[in-house]
Amino acid sequence: MIPAPHIEIEGLTVHYGAKPALRGVSFTVQRNEILAIIGPAQSGKTTLLRCLNRTLDHERHARVTGVIKVDNEDIRRTNNVYDLRRRIGMVAPLPVGLPLTIYDNVAFAPRMAGITDRAELEQRVERCLRQAALWDEVKDRLHTLGTKLSGGQQQRLTIARALSHDPEILCLDEFSIAIDPVTTMRIEDVLKELRARMTILLVTNLVQQARRLADRTAFLFNGELVELDATEKIFSETPRDRRTYDYTHGVFG
Amino acid sequence: MTKRGHREIIVEWLIESVIRLCGISAILFVFGIFFFVFREGGAVLFKDFKFGEFFFSTAWYPSSPSHVRYGTLALLAGTFSVTVLAMVIAIPFGIGAAIFVSEFCGPKLKETLKIVIELLAAIPSVVWGFIGLTVLNPLIIRLFDAPIGLNVLNGGIILALMSVPIIVSIGEDALKAVPDSYREAGLALGATRWQLIYRVLLPAAKNGLLAAGLLGVARAVGETMAVLMATGHAINIPTSLLDPVRTLTATIAAELGEAPVHSDHYRVLFVIGILLFLITTVVNLTADLIVRGVRKK
Repeated sequence: MIPAPHIEIEGLTVHYGAKPALRGVSFTVQRNEILAIIGPAQSGKTTLLRCLNRTLDHERHARVTGVIKVDNEDIRRTNNVYDLRRRIGMVAPLPVGLPLTIYDNVAFAPRMAGITDRAELEQRVERCLRQAALWDEVKDRLHTLGTKLSGGQQQRLTIARALSHDPEILCLDEFSIAIDPVTTMRIEDVLKELRARMTILLVTNLVQQARRLADRTAFLFNGELVELDATEKIFSETPRDRRTYDYTHGVFG
Repeated sequence: MTKRGHREIIVEWLIESVIRLCGISAILFVFGIFFFVFREGGAVLFKDFKFGEFFFSTAWYPSSPSHVRYGTLALLAGTFSVTVLAMVIAIPFGIGAAIFVSEFCGPKLKETLKIVIELLAAIPSVVWGFIGLTVLNPLIIRLFDAPIGLNVLNGGIILALMSVPIIVSIGEDALKAVPDSYREAGLALGATRWQLIYRVLLPAAKNGLLAAGLLGVARAVGETMAVLMATGHAINIPTSLLDPVRTLTATIAAELGEAPVHSDHYRVLFVIGILLFLITTVVNLTADLIVRGVRKK
């Protein structure tokens, strides 16, 4: 028997004004799965993630229809959106170090969730910074501003921050844009470990990255879910849709 | 070199010179004001000027025929009390309103509010003084059973009303300058709206907000006409909010016209000007140091 899906999306449509960003997207994600979402720019990948943690609510012009369920609960009807967001870790494409110290950046979400014990906070901060492969570089200056770090370091800081509230779903939106290849590989290794504890949605432009990490891969194009299948199938010579083949083989993109 | 190249160089030089002139003139004007005030006041400052009396005496009898005294303690206390009261009222309200305008209200309400706030900022100070005199005065007498409604409370409220629009518009600019990505990141981490404001937006905008508060203080310290009309203009160290006071600025405004030019009285009024100059400099320097201290961390 197939276990109940962790995330269930049905007929998700988003318009920005009159312009559609997602057109009736439906799929499910299993628990502890790494699902890669690939597709060219403007295909709706980021919009999809922002629907999931409902930060799209704050976009005045966005209209959303459809159903998103996490653990069989309709998140678009949930009355505690903050609780929902605490279950989801989000890493944005360009690093956003909040104007706080490195320590406070990572301790931000745990504090929001009500953790005040110093020892526990310190332990959490260290663990998350280690997981994001940043600890060794910043352990001596945890109390300097996070915004003073280099772009790549800041990006790893946001990854540490996204892990800090023990999310059950981790969304990474093009996390490796600002990171060098060696560090990217280190973080990819961490992601492979993390999947034992959480479900990972990986939006990426690097088709090779999807290939290395993902169990299944979804191809979004123009707001439409063209194909979702096992990663080997998507990257094989014979995906179901011609456009998938063209994209993964660099015919267009 | 081509003709066009020559022209570019000349135009470039011209623009650079004009900009440089603008910058230098700003500095020159400040020094010019300081020089002028100091020249008028300086003569009495170096001629057995009684600094002890000036700072620590409440006796201000500038035109007494026998016992001329120039003690500004009561005037300092007047300026200080009215300013502090105004800021206690204006800073929370101003920053709160800035947060509301920037973070909570819809686009239509925002436009309306901004126009209203700009209108408030444009009301001349004599009109505010008039409101203090004719609206607040009877109100305070009725509410607090006070003998007179022209006092610290009246002046403080009027000054607060005058400072709030400045604090709101500059504070709102500071909050607007915080990138939306910070808001998005804070929300994504599960922050509520209030947590987002006080953990992310206020720290991110603190320099701008501090500047907003300071401009409010500067406005309150320097304001003359409204406090002259609203505070009762009595030389007095206030012991309650209902005591009338007189401020440094109001003293200059009220007496300069009557003091014979180049008399001691005239020159002491300019020394008060120097004192006001020093107060604002200290306020600005403190703020600068605070901002720098904050940045270092």
